[in-house]
Amino acid sequence: MSDLTPHDAHVNAPERLGYSPVADVPHALRMADTDPRAARRAERQVAAMFMLSMLLTVAFVIAYMTIDKTSIIYIPVFGDVGTSTFVLGLTLGAAIFLIGAGAIQWAKKLMPDVEVVQDRHELASPASADQEALANYDRGKAESGFARFKLIRRTLIGALALFPIALLIPLRDLWTAPAGSPSPADLLSVTLWHDGLRIVTDPSLTPIKPEDLPIGGLVSAIPEDLEEVQEIEGNMNARTKAAIILVRMDPADIRAQQGDGWDYQGIVAFSKICTHVGCPIALYEQRTHHLLCPCHQSTFDLADAGNVVFGPAARRMPQLPIGVDEEGFLVARSDFAEPVGPSFWERG
Amino acid sequence: MSEASTIEKAGGGVATYVDQRTGSNKFLARNLGKVFPDHWSFMLGEIALYSFIVVLITGTFLTFFYKPSMIEVVYDGSYVPLKGILMSEAYASSLDISFDVRGGLLIRQMHHWAALIFIAAMAVHMFRVFFTGAFRKPREFNWLIGVVLVTLGLVAGFSGYSLPDDLLSGTGLQITRGIAQAIPVIGTWATFLLFDGQFPGNDFISRLYSVHILLIPGLILALVTVHLMLVWTQKHTQFPGPGRTNENVVGYPLMPVYMAKAGGFFFIVFGIIALIGGLVTINPIWIFGPFMPDQVSAGSQPDWYMGFLDGALRMMPNWETNLFDWWTISWNILIPAVIVPGILFTGLALYPFIEAWVTGDKKEHHLLDRPRNNPTRTGFGVMAITFYGLLWIGGGNDIIATSFDLTINSITWFLRIAIFIIPPIMFVVTRRICLGLQRRDRDKLLHGYESGRVLRLPHGEFIEVHEPISIKEKAVIMSKTDITPLPAPERRDAAGVRNKRFHLQNVQHKLSAFFYAENIAKPSAAEIEAAEHHVAHEAALEAPLHNYEDADQISAFHGGVLHHPGMPQTNAEQLAERTQA
Repeated sequence: MSDLTPHDAHVNAPERLGYSPVADVPHALRMADTDPRAARRAERQVAAMFMLSMLLTVAFVIAYMTIDKTSIIYIPVFGDVGTSTFVLGLTLGAAIFLIGAGAIQWAKKLMPDVEVVQDRHELASPASADQEALANYDRGKAESGFARFKLIRRTLIGALALFPIALLIPLRDLWTAPAGSPSPADLLSVTLWHDGLRIVTDPSLTPIKPEDLPIGGLVSAIPEDLEEVQEIEGNMNARTKAAIILVRMDPADIRAQQGDGWDYQGIVAFSKICTHVGCPIALYEQRTHHLLCPCHQSTFDLADAGNVVFGPAARRMPQLPIGVDEEGFLVARSDFAEPVGPSFWERG
Repeated sequence: MSEASTIEKAGGGVATYVDQRTGSNKFLARNLGKVFPDHWSFMLGEIALYSFIVVLITGTFLTFFYKPSMIEVVYDGSYVPLKGILMSEAYASSLDISFDVRGGLLIRQMHHWAALIFIAAMAVHMFRVFFTGAFRKPREFNWLIGVVLVTLGLVAGFSGYSLPDDLLSGTGLQITRGIAQAIPVIGTWATFLLFDGQFPGNDFISRLYSVHILLIPGLILALVTVHLMLVWTQKHTQFPGPGRTNENVVGYPLMPVYMAKAGGFFFIVFGIIALIGGLVTINPIWIFGPFMPDQVSAGSQPDWYMGFLDGALRMMPNWETNLFDWWTISWNILIPAVIVPGILFTGLALYPFIEAWVTGDKKEHHLLDRPRNNPTRTGFGVMAITFYGLLWIGGGNDIIATSFDLTINSITWFLRIAIFIIPPIMFVVTRRICLGLQRRDRDKLLHGYESGRVLRLPHGEFIEVHEPISIKEKAVIMSKTDITPLPAPERRDAAGVRNKRFHLQNVQHKLSAFFYAENIAKPSAAEIEAAEHHVAHEAALEAPLHNYEDADQISAFHGGVLHHPGMPQTNAEQLAERTQA
C-alpha cells in the first residue's frame, strides 16, 4: 500500500479533482465532477441499466416457460427464426450486457478518472536470497548424501525413467484387433469387393443394369452386402473403403484403364475416396471426364486410368474391374488392385 | 472514514475469519490498490479470457444433454426433415439440444461463437504483444505460455467442432485421419490406435469427448492461471506517455476502477456472445445431415482457425516419395499439415529468445515499443501474418473461384508462387513504412505539426504555420530508444589470444546490424530546444488568429508570452496591441 499515492481513498474529494499525477498534463474535469445534477443523472443512468437488466432476466424466465419450442417467427433482417432461441438470446444477452454497461458507466462517470502512479520493483531476488537458497540447497545435498550415494542416485534415476512406461503401455489396447486379424496395413488394403459381388446404388440399394446408365451419367454405388456387414460390424468402416462411383462414357473416349477391359461397355468404376486425405469425391464433369475432390481440389481423369491431373493428390484413383452376372446386373470382377484412400507408410 | 454498514461489518467479520486461516488480508492490503495501466488494446486479452469463461459455462450445460456415442439410433425428435433417419447418438443428441431442449440451441450457438471469439481474441492479443515488444524480458515465459494456449485453443476448437458427428465435421475428421496416416513409420498404427481400428470405427467420438471436455480445458485453465499470475506479479506493461517510465506503472487502481471496468467488461463480452448466439446461426448441423464416410457437400469449409491448414493442403504440389517400393512418404501431406505449422509455431515460440540474442538486449522492458520504432520486428510480424493470410486464402480457393469467376487452378498456381514472394515484399514494405513514420516523428519534434494554415507576413512572405505538438505526443515520440548494433567481434584480443567464439559472434553482429539497420536517430536535446524556439516564434506570429477563451488549456510554451496573466485575452485586444507595436 505504501507506494500508492493516497488520493484514491477519497473518492471525488474536491481537492483531488483536476489533479494529475503526471506533471504538465492538464486534467479536464467531467460534468459529473463539477455539476451535482450531472452526477445525479449519471447515477440514475447506471441504476436504470441495472433495473432493466433485472426486468430482462424476468422476461427470459417468462419466455422460457411460455414460448413453444417449435414456433417460428419472421423478424425483418433475420428472416424466419426460432422464436424461443431469438427471444431467449435477446433477453439473456441484453440482461447480461446491461450489467456490464452499467458498471462501466459507473466507473467512467462517477469513479475518479485520475491516474495513479505506482513504482515497479525489481523482479530478481536480492543477492541475500540467492545466497540463502544456495546455502539451503548445499545443506540439503550434503544431508541427503545425493552426491555421495552413487548407487542410490543412479537407481532412483533409473526407476523414475522407467515407471512412465507402465503408464503408456496400456494405451496399446486402444485398438484391440480380433485374434488372427491382419496388420493395419493389410486391413487398409482390402475391401468388401470380390468377384461376382453385385454393385447396387446408394442409398436405394437397387442392382444396376448397364442399359440403366446413360452416357455421361454418374452413380454412387456400394457392394450388395454392405448393409449386412455394417449391421454385423456396427460401424461404417467397410463403407469407407468400398464406396465407388460408376461413370458411363463413350468407349471411344477411354484413353487408358488400370487393367485391360476393366470397363463394361464404357462403364468404369472408381473408388469414391480421394487418395489425398480421404474425402469422398462426387464432382464429375462429363465433358472432360474429370473428377474433382471438393475438399482440396485434387482432380482425376477417369478417361485416363484415373490419373491425377491437378491438385495435391499423388496417387491415381483406384479402378474396380467390373462385368455383368448371368442376370445382366453389374458386378465386381475382383477387389481393387491397390489400396483405396489416403497413402500410408507401409503402402510402398 | 464513513460508518461501516451492517453488511460491511459482516463482510469484515468474514475477511477476518478467512485471514486468520489463510493470511489473505496481506494479499488484499497489497493488491486492492494495485495499479493497472489503461489502453484499449489491453482489452484483447480480456476478451480471450472472458470468452473462455463463457465457453466453460455453456460447455458444462451442453455436457448434460450431449451423448458422446456412435451407436446408431433412429431420430425421432422435432426436426421433421430428419425424422426416421439412422444416425449416431452423438448427432441425434446434438439435434435434441438444438430443437428439443429449450434454450439449447442458444447455449450451443453461444458455445460455438464464444470458441470462435476465444481463438480470434487470442490471435489478436498475440499480435498486440508481438508488435509492441511486450514479450521482451521479463515476459518471455508468458509469451511461451501464450503460444501453447493458442495451440491448445485450436485443438479445443477442432475437437469440439467434430463432436456433433454431422456430415461437415465428419469430413474434417476423415481429413484428420488422412493426415495422421501420412506420418512416416508410426502413422498407420497411430490412426488405428486413435480410431480403435479403421476409420470411422465405434469409439472415436467418445475418445474425442474426453479430450475436449477434460484434457484440453484442464490444460488451458492451468496455463491461463499461470499466465494471469505472471501478469499480476510482473505488473502490466504500459504504453509510453508523459510521466510513464520503465520503473513505474501509471493507471487506475484495482479497487474500484478496474474492478468496475474489467468486471463490467466481462458482462459486456458475455452479453454480446449471448446476443450473437441467439440472433446469428452458427454451424447449422441439421442442414448437413448425419455423417456418412462416402458423402460430402461441395464448398466444405472448416471453422476459420483451421482454414490456414486446409489452404496449405490445397496449394501443396502432389509430391510423394516411395522408398525402395516398400515405404511411402507423403510430402504432399506432411509438408502442409505437419512441417509448415510446426515451423510456424516453433518460430513463434522461440521469437523472443531469437530477438534477444540478435540484439544482445538483456534489459527489462516494461514500456512498450511503438511498432514503427522497431521496423525489423514489425516487418517480420507482417511477413508472418501475410504468409498465414495467403494460406488462409488458399483454404477458401473454391469460394473465391465461384465468387470471382476464376479457375481453381489459376488461384492455386498464383498462391503456390505468391507464398514465397509476397511475404518478403511485405517485410520490405513494412520496414520502409516504419522508417518513414520514424522520420515523420523526428520532423514533428523538430518542426511541429503542419497546422494547414497559411499566413502572410507583413513583408509579403507566405509561411505555413507549424504548431508545436502536445506534451503527450512529445513524450510518446521521445520514448524511442536509439540502439546501436552489436560491434564486430575481434579475431584476437589485445593480448593476442584467439577468440574461440568469433564466428558465432560475427553472425550475431551481422544479424544485429540487419536488425537495427537505418535507424532514424531521435533528435538531441539541443536540437529540440532550438526547434522549439523556432516553432514558438511562428506560433507567436499567428497569435491573433487564436481564440483564447481556452487559453489555460494550452501549455505555456505554446504561443509564447501571450498567455502570461495580464496579457490581452481576446483577438481584438491582441490585434490592437500588435497594430500599436
